[in-house]
Amino acid sequence: MDKKTALYDAHIEKGGKMVPFAGYIMPVQFQGIVHEVKRVRSTAGVFDVSHMGEINVTGERRKEFVNHITTNNVMDLKPNQVQYSMMLYENGGIVDDLLVYNLKDRILLVVNASNTDKDFEWIMNNKWDDVEIENISSSISQIALQGPKSNDIMKELTDYDLDSIPFYHAAETDVCGINAVLSRTGYTGEDGFEIYMPNEHAMNIYKKMMNAGAEYDIEPIGLGARDTLRLEMRYMLYGNDITKDTTPLEAGLSWAVKMTKDEFIGRDVLIKQKEDGLTKRLCAFEMLERGIPRHDYRIFIDNEDMGFVTSGNASPSLDKYIGLGYVKVPYNKVGNEIYIQIRDKMVKALTVKPPFYKNGSHK
Amino acid sequence: MNAPKDLKYTKSHEWIKIDGNIAIQGITDYAQNELSDIAFVELPDIGNAVKMGESCGTIEAVKAVSDLYAAVSGEIVEINNSIADGPEIINEDAFGKGWFFKIKMNDIAEVDKLLNAEEYVKFTEEE
Repeated sequence: MDKKTALYDAHIEKGGKMVPFAGYIMPVQFQGIVHEVKRVRSTAGVFDVSHMGEINVTGERRKEFVNHITTNNVMDLKPNQVQYSMMLYENGGIVDDLLVYNLKDRILLVVNASNTDKDFEWIMNNKWDDVEIENISSSISQIALQGPKSNDIMKELTDYDLDSIPFYHAAETDVCGINAVLSRTGYTGEDGFEIYMPNEHAMNIYKKMMNAGAEYDIEPIGLGARDTLRLEMRYMLYGNDITKDTTPLEAGLSWAVKMTKDEFIGRDVLIKQKEDGLTKRLCAFEMLERGIPRHDYRIFIDNEDMGFVTSGNASPSLDKYIGLGYVKVPYNKVGNEIYIQIRDKMVKALTVKPPFYKNGSHK
Repeated sequence: MNAPKDLKYTKSHEWIKIDGNIAIQGITDYAQNELSDIAFVELPDIGNAVKMGESCGTIEAVKAVSDLYAAVSGEIVEINNSIADGPEIINEDAFGKGWFFKIKMNDIAEVDKLLNAEEYVKFTEEE
């Protein structure tokens, strides 16, 4: 039985088309994906992302522990700083990508909805005796406000000085009268905030946000537009672009891997992979001929099967068909002509430098 | 629901308009609404023979791929290039500017097997 988020009734009232996703019943779209993408890129949109997982890590050595289970350097994090990172299996494959919040009394890990149980179990299996792990996902709602007008709208919901929250930083502060975690983060490439709050307060914050955003034509945004927005930025989707069978180096995420820090799970394999050289790399491509690349379509170069598409779609912001896929090295290099097999046709594409969308308002 | 009386319909949500032995085909307003945000169409080529009820192209929405079926059998004599350039026209005007192609029919009697507007509306309500 799929769970409802605290905002379920609001989605129904707004005409959301509801679908099961990661154990929840979630809105895939409201007015339409293209319309919603344009709304977020032009003013502001609100996403219910309460299905995402939240895991608390407490104890004095919490930073050291999270440093051990993730690829990025947690020891460098300043108070209230947020970091994109990954957890790896011993073989270098990706358990999940996540956000690491260095909060006052805890580290908050925000993980993918469909991976929450798996991640929690994996963290528990690697747990140290002197840290405590708690999966708080079912009691926490998350609302994302995204778009160039986000700051103006957020100002109406909190007295906290938003200018003191730079990109990828957070505050534990009052939002609409309750204590919430407020971070300047997102999955769209636009300026915006993600707010974490107990379920019972989510509807109140959502309604006040919709009221505060009315003058900017704020609208609820579904998961369909969320996926398109993230693809335009080449942000990874676990299960598509990164999986247990891909490493961060292959996915082009080495910026979020600090090889020089103390050991972390999976490091040895990455070091070896770096020495030996990579055999496949994720590349970004635009279609030169008409056709929509889709997950698992094959990629051909010089009539040889050289890889596969991991994500693809029509980009409403660029009016192009775009995609990501793994190809054999060195065909990932920018400026290569590749062919996507779409049904029985070979359709020409060009590898390009990401992100696809370069005019985002994120800071 | 919008289903003009002068058109004939299929259960796979295509419509045709008869003009002598020519059938102009598109997809219904119901279909475009279900698909939403049509992003790509693959049409048959002029001169192709198509067969009633068989796949002759593809319609892709942002989130879904579906087959396009020929409503009647015959030869493709004209295609609407403007929907290939701007597939959103189908969402905007499914029964008008969003038409797909014209078929020179082999057997006009096939039209009798199609649904009229009333039958089609009933069918979509039951679906």
